[in-house]
Amino acid sequence: MSIFKKIITALRGGASEAGEAIVDANATRIFAQEIRDAENHLTKAKRDLTDIMAKQMQSQRELDRIKRSITEHEGYATSALNQGNEALALEVAEKIATLEAELAEQQQSFDSYDKNAKRLKDLVKNTERQLADYQRQLSMVKTTESVQKATAAITDNFNNSNSKLLNAKQSLERIKAKQQNFDDRLQASDELANENSDKALKDKLAQAGIGEQQASASSVLDRLKSKQG
Amino acid sequence: MNIHYIANHLNELADSSDTGLRFDSLPITGEVDVLQVTIQTREELPIFVSITDDQILCIAYLWGEEEVRADTRSEMLEAMVEMNIPMPLSSFSKIDDKYVIFGALSVNSSLHDIEHELSVLSDNSLEVINEMADYLI
Repeated sequence: MSIFKKIITALRGGASEAGEAIVDANATRIFAQEIRDAENHLTKAKRDLTDIMAKQMQSQRELDRIKRSITEHEGYATSALNQGNEALALEVAEKIATLEAELAEQQQSFDSYDKNAKRLKDLVKNTERQLADYQRQLSMVKTTESVQKATAAITDNFNNSNSKLLNAKQSLERIKAKQQNFDDRLQASDELANENSDKALKDKLAQAGIGEQQASASSVLDRLKSKQG
Repeated sequence: MNIHYIANHLNELADSSDTGLRFDSLPITGEVDVLQVTIQTREELPIFVSITDDQILCIAYLWGEEEVRADTRSEMLEAMVEMNIPMPLSSFSKIDDKYVIFGALSVNSSLHDIEHELSVLSDNSLEVINEMADYLI
């Protein structure tokens, strides 16, 4: 059964009570071991691949060398024939035959390295893919377990602290009320600040003799006198 | 990345957070370390942060199965599944009999990313409860 299915089955089946593991610890350990094995295989396959590719490059250079040598000797043989030196041409032809045998042999090695390199590249690719998949699955198991343990810690903490777990609507109402209270206070303090700054300005204006003036005793007396007049 | 590193950052932020929120964080000890992050004025909806090998999980509890109205339960579930993509950064899930909203971050996330995640998750959780209240008792 896939890990995904196992987790769903365990969660649906209510096996998620604290202390009860989703996937038993032993299975998780075996799984982790499989991942380590796959990683080791991958490292080895990559090293082998490097070796094979190095040998393949050497073989390629050797092939080129033999091919150049054959072309060179074919030139020599033709020249010898042109000079009418059949004996020398034959000797060169023998050399060419040897080179061709060598070429065939080298080509065989090259093909074999090439085949192995392709096989190892496929192996590396598949192992890497498998490893990523194993790691993803292990991460699911670990996350599920971690969330369960975290939930257990949170629940314990709530029970120990006597914090009353409110229902969602009550919580929201309380938060809204606090927010309203906070907004009201903010507004009140804004208004207060405005009033204070108004008063300060009026005071300054009064000091400068601008705006409404307080009636002085002499001005009141003047007014009364003018009425008597 | 560990929860204490995150806790120190959040506690030092105080008024200087980019999100305009004030965080308070408290580590909870257990088999797995959990950080309880509360946001000023939103203390009723804490966010729980835990770290695994490859991800940082931030989870907020929404409501319990017992708070769900039975007659519209499947409608609610469908609405939650449908909202998973449009809702920025957060997704719905269920742990035991509790519905949750959560965000998962790479362990290589910056503290700034985590702060942003917590802020969005908190906003989302408030909005979700507000908008889905009709499905609840």
